[in-house]
Amino acid sequence: MSGPKLLVDGVARVFPNRRGGAPTVALEPIDLTVAENDFITVLGPSGCGKSTLLRIVAGLDRPSAGRVLLAGRAVTGPGADRGMVFQSYTLFPWLTVADNIAFGLRERGVPRSERRDIVAAYVAKVGLAGFESHYPKQLSGGMQQRTAIARALANDPEILLLDEPFGALDNQTRALMQELLLGIWERERKTVLFVTHDIEEAIFLASRVVVMTARPGRIKAEVAVDLPHPRHYTMKTSPDFSALKARLTEEIRVEAVRAAEVA
Amino acid sequence: MPRPLEPVSRRAQVVLGISFFVLFVAAWAVATLSGAISKTFLADPITMLGDGWTLLTRFGFGTDIAVTVWRVVGGFVLAALVAVPLGILMGAYKSVEAFFEPFVSFARYLPASAFVPLLILWAGIGETQKLLVIFIGSVFQIILMVAVAVGNTRRDLVEAAYTLGAGNSGVVGRVLIPANAPEIAEILRLVLGWAWTYVIVAELIGSSSGIGHMIIDSQALLATGQMIFGIIVIGLIGLVSDFLFKAVNRWLFPWRLA
Repeated sequence: MSGPKLLVDGVARVFPNRRGGAPTVALEPIDLTVAENDFITVLGPSGCGKSTLLRIVAGLDRPSAGRVLLAGRAVTGPGADRGMVFQSYTLFPWLTVADNIAFGLRERGVPRSERRDIVAAYVAKVGLAGFESHYPKQLSGGMQQRTAIARALANDPEILLLDEPFGALDNQTRALMQELLLGIWERERKTVLFVTHDIEEAIFLASRVVVMTARPGRIKAEVAVDLPHPRHYTMKTSPDFSALKARLTEEIRVEAVRAAEVA
Repeated sequence: MPRPLEPVSRRAQVVLGISFFVLFVAAWAVATLSGAISKTFLADPITMLGDGWTLLTRFGFGTDIAVTVWRVVGGFVLAALVAVPLGILMGAYKSVEAFFEPFVSFARYLPASAFVPLLILWAGIGETQKLLVIFIGSVFQIILMVAVAVGNTRRDLVEAAYTLGAGNSGVVGRVLIPANAPEIAEILRLVLGWAWTYVIVAELIGSSSGIGHMIIDSQALLATGQMIFGIIVIGLIGLVSDFLFKAVNRWLFPWRLA
């Protein structure tokens, strides 16, 4: 294989000071590589800059230093090769589920019949058959995020970026969504970078968990998750899982305490 | 006792809405028919209706109504054709906004009615002048309100569109415009209401037709019944156009109510 799918090389982000205050260092130089077909979760306390990192990879924010390479090409702005799912519900409220999923395809000028087939395939994958002509307002939070995942995947991006996509969902829905996303990944092996502050979620989904420190954010540890696939939700109570959870809880606790002291 | 923000039934809403009209007319009838207010200053409701009937059947008031409606709609459509695209551009592109915004904000406060004498000088007392009064009165308001609406588009929707591969024209055409279409329609509905006040002012001065012209003519004859009938007709047309606008919006933007 020729190099990593995603290379984050010395990326830092400093937000300029406002009204004479000191500039805010959101990210200290970060190096991160994501191999093709890998599922990486970035775990960190609130405000550690993990979302900033993801936004920089997406091209929605610019790094103050360093560079991001996707399949060897420098990232200069947002593009269809990096699909993104946001924490907030960002479906276009004026479009139906089917039209939301087809948004990127229409932008690329994919012919109507082909578009319809792709949309139907992704509607089925995220279990929304029968809801194609519903508007986002008529959907539950979990259904909206499933549509958002389908919308990002329908574009067939090189990498899928998810910014705490299940953060606003209740616990039960969240667990189901994790299984759904993992199921899709186990079948298609899309490269995924997933940001979360939920330790269980980070372990359950990932092949590698990247732990970030409290602000200024930098990578504190990288923990490989060698749990077998396909993963079943019962795995969350297995001894291996619990050991990983205990270790990450310790790592993240120190940072959460630090973050609380800074704030 | 009703509690704050507690909804009422559709039926109660209609009954309450109508009952104020009834109460209002009743108070008016009592005040005029009892002789408490002289007929010279205020006609009673029955005289008003009789005068209205005479106006419609003998003096061709229907034509006046049609002329006034045409002026409002004409001037308003012209203003919307200019203002909506410009407002969208200003909302979407900050440089365009920086260029136009200060002038438009200034022009917005120029009272359209104060332009009437000048416009008569420039355009005579024909239809052009009437359309121009409404145009001037509406165009700056629409521009600013549309620009603000478009400028306030949810950023996360725009960002989502970017990550789905949308370019500038995609973001403007497929996010900014559809996201704000209902609000733009709402702005147009609001400004159309204001346009009605401008047209009457334009017709009060230097006009030979229209509802405003009839009202100023009736003043010379102390025909308060006719004047009130004219005013009520304006109110009714406003009510109907408001209703139509809302119905069209509901039909155009089902996703808002879904």
